[in-house]
Amino acid sequence: MKVELDINNEKHAVEVEPRMSLLDCLRDKLLLNGAHAGCEHGVCGACTVLIDGAAVRSCLMFAVQADGYAITTIEGLSPGPGELSPIQDAFCETHGMQCGYCTPAMILAAHALLSKNSQPTRDEIVEAISGNICRCTGYAQIVEAIALAAERMRGQNIKTGQP
Amino acid sequence: MKPAPFEYSRPASLDEACALLKADDSARLIAGGQTLVPLMAMRLARPTRLIDIARLPGLAYIHEQGGEIAIGAITKQHVVESDPLVRAKLPLLAMAMPHVGHTATRARGTVGGSLANADSAAEIVLVAATLGATLRWRDGGEARDIAAADFFVGPMVTALPQTACLVEARFPAWSEPHVGVGFHEINARASDFAFVSAAAQVALDAEGRCTRAAIGIGAATAIPLRLDGVAQSLHGARFDESKVRDAVKAALAGIEPMADLHASAAYRRRVAATLAVRAIGDAFRAAARRS
Amino acid sequence: MSAPGKFRFVSADRRVREDRRFVAGKGRFVADIVPAGTKHVALVHCPHPAARIVSIDKAAALAMPGVAYVLDGAELAGATNPLAMGLDTPNVARWPLASDVARYSGEWVAAVVADTRALAEDAAEAVQIEYEPLPFVLDGEEAYRPGSPLVHQAHGSNVLLDRTFVWGEVERDFAASPHTLKHRVTWGRSSTVPIETFGVTASWDPWREMLDIWASIQMPKYPDQTAMALKLPMSSVRVHYDVDVGGSYGVKRGIKHTVLVGYLSRRLGVPVRLIEDRMENMRGGDMHGPERNFDVEVAFDDQGVIRSMKMRALDNVGAYAGRSPFQLGKPIGAIVGPYKIKSVAYQAIAVVTNKTVQEAVRAFGQAPTNYAIERTIDEVANRLGLDRLEVRRRNLIRHEEFPYLIPSGSTYDSGDYHVVIDKVLAHAGYGDLIAERDRLRGQGMLAGIGIAACLEPSGGNSSFEPLLNPKVGTTTWMDSCRISIDLVGSITATMHTTSAGQGHETMVGTVVGEVLEVDPERVRVVRADSLNSLPSNSPVGSRMAIMLGGAAFHAANKLKDKLIAIAAHELGMPVERIAYKDGNAFDTAAPDKKRTWVELVTIAHRHIHRLPVGMEPGLSVSHIMPVPTGGALPTADGRVQMYPCFSFEFHLVLIAIDPDLGKPQIKRYVVGHDCGTVINPKIVRGMTIGGIAHGIGAALYEEFAYSNDGLLMTQSFMDYLLPSSHEVPPVEIVHHETPSPHTVFGQKGSGESGYLGAPAVIASAVNDAVRPLGIVVNSLPIKVAQLGDMIAAARDNKKGN
Ligand code: FES
Ligand code: FES
Repeated sequence: MKVELDINNEKHAVEVEPRMSLLDCLRDKLLLNGAHAGCEHGVCGACTVLIDGAAVRSCLMFAVQADGYAITTIEGLSPGPGELSPIQDAFCETHGMQCGYCTPAMILAAHALLSKNSQPTRDEIVEAISGNICRCTGYAQIVEAIALAAERMRGQNIKTGQP
Repeated sequence: MKPAPFEYSRPASLDEACALLKADDSARLIAGGQTLVPLMAMRLARPTRLIDIARLPGLAYIHEQGGEIAIGAITKQHVVESDPLVRAKLPLLAMAMPHVGHTATRARGTVGGSLANADSAAEIVLVAATLGATLRWRDGGEARDIAAADFFVGPMVTALPQTACLVEARFPAWSEPHVGVGFHEINARASDFAFVSAAAQVALDAEGRCTRAAIGIGAATAIPLRLDGVAQSLHGARFDESKVRDAVKAALAGIEPMADLHASAAYRRRVAATLAVRAIGDAFRAAARRS
Repeated sequence: MSAPGKFRFVSADRRVREDRRFVAGKGRFVADIVPAGTKHVALVHCPHPAARIVSIDKAAALAMPGVAYVLDGAELAGATNPLAMGLDTPNVARWPLASDVARYSGEWVAAVVADTRALAEDAAEAVQIEYEPLPFVLDGEEAYRPGSPLVHQAHGSNVLLDRTFVWGEVERDFAASPHTLKHRVTWGRSSTVPIETFGVTASWDPWREMLDIWASIQMPKYPDQTAMALKLPMSSVRVHYDVDVGGSYGVKRGIKHTVLVGYLSRRLGVPVRLIEDRMENMRGGDMHGPERNFDVEVAFDDQGVIRSMKMRALDNVGAYAGRSPFQLGKPIGAIVGPYKIKSVAYQAIAVVTNKTVQEAVRAFGQAPTNYAIERTIDEVANRLGLDRLEVRRRNLIRHEEFPYLIPSGSTYDSGDYHVVIDKVLAHAGYGDLIAERDRLRGQGMLAGIGIAACLEPSGGNSSFEPLLNPKVGTTTWMDSCRISIDLVGSITATMHTTSAGQGHETMVGTVVGEVLEVDPERVRVVRADSLNSLPSNSPVGSRMAIMLGGAAFHAANKLKDKLIAIAAHELGMPVERIAYKDGNAFDTAAPDKKRTWVELVTIAHRHIHRLPVGMEPGLSVSHIMPVPTGGALPTADGRVQMYPCFSFEFHLVLIAIDPDLGKPQIKRYVVGHDCGTVINPKIVRGMTIGGIAHGIGAALYEEFAYSNDGLLMTQSFMDYLLPSSHEVPPVEIVHHETPSPHTVFGQKGSGESGYLGAPAVIASAVNDAVRPLGIVVNSLPIKVAQLGDMIAAARDNKKGN
């Protein structure tokens, strides 16, 4: 089937089998490899993307269902080649990762949180990333990264970026 | 972990959806897909056709009508979670919503999807059973209302005909001035399926005496269990923990709880009682605070 | 932290260079690498715990769209050598696919190759296999008993290893002790379960006779084992190490996957890849961790001073051998933990059963052993009515006693255990913590304080190989680094393994920058492929800070010496008069007599005529480093130096359990951590907390549980429960630094101690909480409902009495 997807503010027409998940479509058809497969059954969160600004599991959605939404992937967060968004930079500052496999999803989950809540408490941060499993870090430096990003963005009145 | 092949349709109307369902025994509706898609990925579900109703016009709403809160079947769970009407009029549902899956699954998952899946461990299912919600489906041109008690008939089995589409759930909004709710569940991790859950809603008179109560237990048995006898026994009474405990225990003595890898039947029976007593206590206290 | 000024970049709180690519979604994981024309593998697995394969009918599958091939075990076994194994057990042979007999539910029986993964899965369903179920055994103790069903008929028993070591006068020490205590503690089957499954792509080029491999690998001896199994010269196997690995913590050793796709790529002449899906990973990825029973007996005096220990450890390694039995060997290097136990008898038993195969898991067997030791110390204290802390203090090795030789032959390098503990207690406010526990108890909660110490042997050495398999003479494992300064003066350091989040590029940059006195950001760090590599051994056994850090240090020093030698020659003076600073070399007596970085580089690369006679032109050096203290064979009675360095941790937690529910909640978690000199504080902190989170999982949530009919019940993330952000409490780290005398900066390993201590400390706390009810919890994981049932039974009992 043909489907037209709006990804990172760009339209992409792709031909997919109905059974192809949005995750596989992003990776295999569009070479947007920042979304990762961890379980493909909706538990680990590694495949998280934003759909109209909300964090969503792309393994639990078929590509044919995804037209007409504004889809944001990690590739859409960098302001430019080699440049980092405030949240991405904060993850680097606290080393909120190790292997980096869960990281794009964590950053998108953080993005969804901070675009609704500019002053999250620790509990709110913990809740917001609780659907994203990280096996490496024990979460502490991730939580710190999000808190740091929130603080910096408040200080500078920076928006989370698009969308 | 890729699903078996299927056809995909996105009907423009409910009638069209019903017609598609009718045309193919192995077709299934999909809305949020948060339960169905994992099953398909594991090939435990193999629909030949997915009929996508996630964006069907006119099926996503929350409004009040005749003492009930009507929620359209494809209303997203995260919309319900933050809806002011739900908070004001369906405090039990509002309290249970954050326990449903994760933020990311609530962003796609729908109220109707959860009800139609009829997992006894699902919070929305428990609330519907406890409050005695009315569910409406459309089967071709025909609409039918059914009580939750008649809708949930077995482990993940409902009375919904294969050709029908669930369109609405109406939850009774209690009009008494002093209504309180309690909800508890126990699981291994904070956002897993519950081993046992308990929901309670009570209305009190100005003296703190119960005028109405609804109590339900989820996940212990194949379909949510309503403790109507216990609810009856609360009438006219203030909260007396030991009395409530005895009543709950007596009510649960005869049930045959499920046992699995995560929890024994004995655990479920015992903890169902504990959580029910806590939920009832919370409900009384909350109602009293509303005085 | 180190004394200020001791180092310039080492120990500084610097960013981790790898992070930039990961936050941008630009890591390069194996699933991201898809050579043109790649075909995809899906697997057909055995649904029985043991079965004879009667027939395989591939016709229907082969007729399906996009299907290129269906491979069975007979063909593969005919064309390849069996996979390498650690012990001398030739009749426990394993190939990637079962042929004739399948030995666990989940074992791969056939592989389908198709244009896409989805088509391969479709066809995998259509492969018709007829099985004849066979008797099976799941329990390790049962498998050990004569007469139990044999997993490998040809081997003649289920026992792979059964060896008893006696170090010191065990019987005499037992006889002389007024008290003994014996108990069994059990470590359940779990694993590290990275979020990225294992994946590998192989591409055979018949014109160059080269098999290129990209894999999510963390495995010593991977290229050579692949080559041997495929009957290729090692020079025809090129493993690309510039692949980011999405977590490993020991288990990413997909040798069977690699041999399978390597064979298929040669057979079909196209690139072939296998990316496990989660269920393939859980049931058939052969990455389960230890499942161990410990029978521990200790002899001690009235003061709780332990004089001797007898430990029997029986490990259920699953259906095949691999390297996993060595996980009973490594703990010999710290068999007494941080305690002064003078004599030890240790019986190490590895048995095969009809469960999924075991692989190396974080700490390589040390975490279960440490848990058993700590559980025992707690019980000694309880038996004598002494304080658990006090008993530990009395048994711990004292700072002034280092270097300390333990009975099994390892000498601990350094430590300051009592001080670390005191710092933790002071930080936590131990008195307040006890008051808080008692307050919770007063409220009707079951509350307990957990106490656990642990040692992290680090520096990854291979002494356990010759110790447990005399046919193997591998006494140590090198690591290496090559550094070049190019003709315009940029620095490139090369490492020779993959990494899985340990920040090795950052470490190498830091070390080289430190030695050459240049900003580490100026040091490019790249990874060779296996054909360009110096001998290296992958990041196992907490070794990279010590080994790769050491190799980078020595290589950088060689370069610095060369720069100094060039300057000395230029200035016509002995090298001793030359000082090196910030890249420039000058005369100590007259600092303006100097050669700058640019001049030195130019001379080395272009003005060869100006080099000292006989000096190699260019600025390229390498260093291959053996493990410090490594390289010796074991003595006849099985004593050997296992690893060189020993990090120390002390964990302290407060746990509350709602008695009606049985759910433990961690209220406070404090850990004292001493891994010598810290090279990068952000990395070490992450490793520590990540290890603790992993240990919390092993203690409370994670288990590969089998049904009585031999099926794995926890194949998905819905049932195998990894801790989420809700389950990992804030962890407070108290630092201490006791440098190791064996390493270049005094560093020790840090990747494992969190995982070593957390299970022990949680078990300790839960036991402290439920002891008033007369309950002893001696197996992991401690699951909510089971604990709830135990508490309920104990309360009923109390009421009954
Ligand atoms: S891959 Fe989508 S939730 Fe795990
Ligand atoms: S950084 Fe490795 S899984 Fe999160």
